[in-house]
Amino acid sequence: MKQWLKTTTALVAGVAAMGAAATSVQAQETLTIVSWGGAYTESQVKAYHEPYMANNPDVRIINEDRSANGLAGIRAQVAAGNVTWDLVDMLEGPAITACAEGIIEPINHDELLASAPDGTPATEDFVEGSLHECFIPQIVYATLFAYNSDMFDDGAHPSTIADVFDLDGFAGRRGMQQIPAGNLEWALVADGVPYDDVYDVLDTQEGVARAFSKLDEVKDSAVWWTEGAQPPQLLADREVSMSSGYNGRLFNAQVVENQPFELIWDGQLFEIDGWVVPAGKLTDRVKDYLHFATDTQRLADQAKYISYGPARNSSAPMVSTHEETGIDMQPHMPTAPENFQTPIQKDAEWWANNGDEMSERFNAWLAR
Amino acid sequence: MAQAEATLPASGSASTGAPSTALTTADGTPLKVSIRRAMRRNKLLAFGLTLPLLLFITFSFLMPIFEMTFNSVDNRPVANTLHRSAAALQSWDGQGLPSEAVYAAMAEDLKQAAEERSIGRVATRLNYQESGMRSVMMGSARMIERHEPPWKEALIDINAAWGEGSTWRLIKRESGAITFSYYLNAVDMTYADDGSIVAQPEWRQIYVKLFWRTAWMSILITALCLVLGFPIAYLLANLPSRHANLLMILVLLPFWTSLLVRTSSWIVMLQNEGVLNDLMVWIGVISDDGRIQMVYNRIGTLVAMTQILLPFMILPLYSVMKGISPSYMRAARSLGANPLVAFWRVYVPQTLAGVGAGGILVFILAIGYYITPALVGGQSGQLISNYIAYHMQQSLNWGLAASIGTILLAGVMVLYLIYNRLVGIDKMKLG
Repeated sequence: MKQWLKTTTALVAGVAAMGAAATSVQAQETLTIVSWGGAYTESQVKAYHEPYMANNPDVRIINEDRSANGLAGIRAQVAAGNVTWDLVDMLEGPAITACAEGIIEPINHDELLASAPDGTPATEDFVEGSLHECFIPQIVYATLFAYNSDMFDDGAHPSTIADVFDLDGFAGRRGMQQIPAGNLEWALVADGVPYDDVYDVLDTQEGVARAFSKLDEVKDSAVWWTEGAQPPQLLADREVSMSSGYNGRLFNAQVVENQPFELIWDGQLFEIDGWVVPAGKLTDRVKDYLHFATDTQRLADQAKYISYGPARNSSAPMVSTHEETGIDMQPHMPTAPENFQTPIQKDAEWWANNGDEMSERFNAWLAR
Repeated sequence: MAQAEATLPASGSASTGAPSTALTTADGTPLKVSIRRAMRRNKLLAFGLTLPLLLFITFSFLMPIFEMTFNSVDNRPVANTLHRSAAALQSWDGQGLPSEAVYAAMAEDLKQAAEERSIGRVATRLNYQESGMRSVMMGSARMIERHEPPWKEALIDINAAWGEGSTWRLIKRESGAITFSYYLNAVDMTYADDGSIVAQPEWRQIYVKLFWRTAWMSILITALCLVLGFPIAYLLANLPSRHANLLMILVLLPFWTSLLVRTSSWIVMLQNEGVLNDLMVWIGVISDDGRIQMVYNRIGTLVAMTQILLPFMILPLYSVMKGISPSYMRAARSLGANPLVAFWRVYVPQTLAGVGAGGILVFILAIGYYITPALVGGQSGQLISNYIAYHMQQSLNWGLAASIGTILLAGVMVLYLIYNRLVGIDKMKLG
């Protein structure tokens, strides 16, 4: 018993000492940065955080993988008056919502952000239409379909969105994301709606009904996924013959893990992802970090680690080779010309307006 | 206290013959006063000892529940932001279009909201009622600065929706400090344009079905737990303790195992390429193409939740059965009852307190269960709590989440009251 007590005391003292050591480290400045986790956070750590901490040894960056609930988190923190996040990685849509609610900081892009190497101001350097009042874009990413080429004969593989919805022509189950966004757009494209008219058609009740009745055709063959890690797994397990997924994850499985996957770039739904600053957190340190982490070189560097397209036009020519495998990253970018033939830009505004109704309808449709 | 008073006359009765002389302690204070003082001290001490728990419950349980209930009707963001318009709309009869004064009030409200960045909450809130209201409010707040009176023309120019009576009727209806729209939404109803309450269009109806599914699945799980748990509890209570202890460990071991581990192991067991399907294919019950879908649907939820909640049924049953003397059964047998009749008419009624306790415990836990259905439920096995989580984390419609939660809470309380009326809560025995 005595021995046990001694050991415990020693342990407690040890832990306390470690705690004290940790506090002394925390006496440095810390930045809490919220992002999506996994390979994506890893790419940010390599391309932004590590070089930044090398330049500023007194700063420590803490990563939190909470972006999936980023908007809810910021809302709760601002409502409670206790904001602990310094910077949040967020999609364009929620960023627009958060900005309108006044829970994130407005950004003066030209003042805050670096110009392109040739002197082009930031507002003209970022991908057109991607800058918003409170939003600093980082990457362009795509949700698109991929197939397992082992499950199709040579020359008889799917290549368009219409093929994905053609159950007779192309066998196998379909992996689809369990949200309405994307699925409605693709259903209309498969039903013959031109790529540019998708949101005009969706703006009518008949258009929505048309999308759902097209989805009815594949409902029985659909396997619904919710996490980005699932599609590569479903494809590799041959649970499905094709699946929608995030292009970065699919790239990783295809190139790094050598899976027999092929991407269908037709109808890729692309979205912008970037930084927002929670209310009251636009400090000099955060400004300094943002200036550094969103410059042309840093955005181009991120593409070494993950196949998401940099949101600056000036970064595109600087995209080089994949750090791990050494392959050329250019042809894997969603924004590469040959991949960008028939893209659909996700209309963040339309989804902000109709997302709630569509989700209800989608959930009711699924439950039927 | 009551006990102490009951003993007083008993001790006092020793001194019969002299009822008028009150008993005193050594220092002369009346015994009654002295005892009362001591009791008060004890009571204060007891209260002081429970105080931390009381505070904890107040802050971590009662206040959040109160706040949740409040959230489900709270409409202050709209009422505060659009306070001028709401006041001006009071006198509008809902026919045609409101007067210029109302439009001017709205213009003022929009200007201020754009400045204070409070328009987003209002826009989101009104958009729950009518898709598209978000862009009407946001767009108008953005553009109003650049317009001049008369405001009626200006607003209609910014967005044609301001020229429709239905927009104004919606705002009039939804600009009070309190709203019941979330509750209507939670029971698949909505306001029609004329303010009457109607059912949602069929393609938006979902929650009533989920409430029924949750209730039905919980009843089924409770029944399964009872059927499976009763014999085990009986064995536990009647086996010699050497065997009973081993059995008890077998009951408690899964109880101590992490919920996530148990749920994940059910996935391994039940999935298409899982242990159970492989086994059935191997012994030839089903063909390789005919594998049975047992997880990611209702069956998965049912099986996993029954297993996880089983100890909550077994333990109360066991504690009640342990207290039933075997002599009752022997007496029944010796009086001529056959084993079945003796069991059913003598033994089972004595276990009812345990059945009630276990039943209500399992049912209440099941009705609010969340992680297991989320992991193994697929689409058809989702319960209402999964949608509460969805509205808390994904759609961020906290008002709707709160109203569904409040309805669920009210349902459980009604059940509790019924139980109390039928069985009596004091008879409940949890072990």
